[in-house]
Amino acid sequence: MVDITDRARKLREVAYYPGCALEGSGNGYDVSTRAIAYELGLKLQDVKDWNCCGAMEVKNIDPKIQTYLSSRVLSQAVNATKNNVVMAPCNGCYHNLKKAEYDLAHDAASREVVSTLSSKAGHKTYEAGQAETIHALDWIKDTIGEEGLRKRTKGRLAGMKIANYYGCMYVRPRHIFPEKDKGPGSESTSKPHFMDDLLAASGAENVEFPLKTACCGGAHTLSDSDTSTKLVLNILQAAEASGAEVIATECPTCHSGLEMHQIRAEKRFGKKTTVKILYFTQLLGLALGIKPRKLGIQQNISNSLEFIHEKGLT
Amino acid sequence: MPIHEKSLIRPENLRTHENLTIDGVDVSGHWSTFIESRVVTDYNEAMEDEIAALPGGEHIHRCWQCGSCTNSCTVNAIEPRFNPRYWIYLIRTGMESELLRDKDLIWQCVSCNKCTYACPRDVFPEGVMKATAHWLELKGHTPESPSTTFDKIFTDEIVQHGRIEDTKVLMKFLQKTKQPLLQDWLKQIAWNIGMRLPVKWGIKSAWSFVFHPKARRWSKARTAIQDYIIEKETEHKQALGLHKPKAANGNATQRKLHAAE
Repeated sequence: MVDITDRARKLREVAYYPGCALEGSGNGYDVSTRAIAYELGLKLQDVKDWNCCGAMEVKNIDPKIQTYLSSRVLSQAVNATKNNVVMAPCNGCYHNLKKAEYDLAHDAASREVVSTLSSKAGHKTYEAGQAETIHALDWIKDTIGEEGLRKRTKGRLAGMKIANYYGCMYVRPRHIFPEKDKGPGSESTSKPHFMDDLLAASGAENVEFPLKTACCGGAHTLSDSDTSTKLVLNILQAAEASGAEVIATECPTCHSGLEMHQIRAEKRFGKKTTVKILYFTQLLGLALGIKPRKLGIQQNISNSLEFIHEKGLT
Repeated sequence: MPIHEKSLIRPENLRTHENLTIDGVDVSGHWSTFIESRVVTDYNEAMEDEIAALPGGEHIHRCWQCGSCTNSCTVNAIEPRFNPRYWIYLIRTGMESELLRDKDLIWQCVSCNKCTYACPRDVFPEGVMKATAHWLELKGHTPESPSTTFDKIFTDEIVQHGRIEDTKVLMKFLQKTKQPLLQDWLKQIAWNIGMRLPVKWGIKSAWSFVFHPKARRWSKARTAIQDYIIEKETEHKQALGLHKPKAANGNATQRKLHAAE
């Protein structure tokens, strides 16, 4: 085990890979991530000249193209900072970079395709182990930690009931996340808790939410909307039944899926849910005393501004 | 009980005579109902190999039929006919006609990977579902599914520009699948956002819609990926015995044809 303080020092400056969604529909996630980084004195070094990681779609055309796309991002991220750590807040990006890392380390055929495509494209071939990919949750947890948040937030989220929703790509498939499921202190793939820990340290009350890693149907949000709506409705209703006022998210696809299908469920199936949906970075930002507008909360589809005002967080 | 035995009592296998008298006894109607016995003569012995040749299907031979995939399946919970374990069984035994009964369901896999998580044999059932859906389309058993249409539009955007502009993908998809852009729920979403956002944001998103976000120094990567896709498509068709002779003037024309599609 690396000494925690060394790790915290190491991660004070990381390469930042926002990805396409955070530049588009998930912009509130990008804005709030940058805002809390600034507030906490953490440095984000943007990965230069990045491309899409392949999302959930390219692998259905051919999985090795996705491995190549992600490896190109990693090769751009190497040397962006001294420590070669790349932080991706989007679950899809995080998952794909991790998967590329795994495939390049374990599968000769993937290595061959990536090396051929990289040399044709005229850039250095990324080799497994050159960079480390972390999620925004790991980043906050390892740099500031619960103790740090407890001091800085002064329990501003007290009285807010939160259901933490992690989604699929943060935990599955298990083999691409070798650092998870390593006992106390590490993340669990069956019952993840990093987001719970961070929000609890900010004073929030986490409800017992059974659908933490359920699927929102994000892959078919447009191509099979009825299935997605049913899956999302399930999550929203379970959150409400658990007594949550807010669902905290950590993935732009899940987040916009929950928001879009909350509206669609009402329009198509007449099922209205009122639970609020916010990125965990927006919640942490509020806890740190940052104004909602600075956290991109007005950019979310669902309106949470009044709710935040009622909680006295403006 | 395995599902293939239960399937014998499907409605279309039931036979009933409206007017039937046997040895002077009137057995018209449900008295004469019987279940037609089934003889399978059309095993497709190549099916497992063909699906194993497509990306995702490589490990289908490892399956032990434990059913963990179906048990953990997200789609199965809302559509009980969605049954990965059963389909893997049919593919491995070559019962093509049985598999084709469910051909319009298989593409609905949402790639949540719960099956991959649960599988004790590393079959990667999620990949098998994708390979099977791909196989059905290549063989002409099903038209291109909305999911494949979306994947193609999305991948094409990335190959062209290196990045995605989500409004553009959304509009292209609705256009291609002939859905109206102004659906009630999409209108509601646009209204919700429009009501709260500053004008600056509108200008910014209009800007990225007109001037597509791009990765710089992308053109060589574009050509490399396009060539790779063409090469793989040819390989897959060959594996399924659907090989078309390659265009005489090489990859450049193929790329153009591909883009035109």
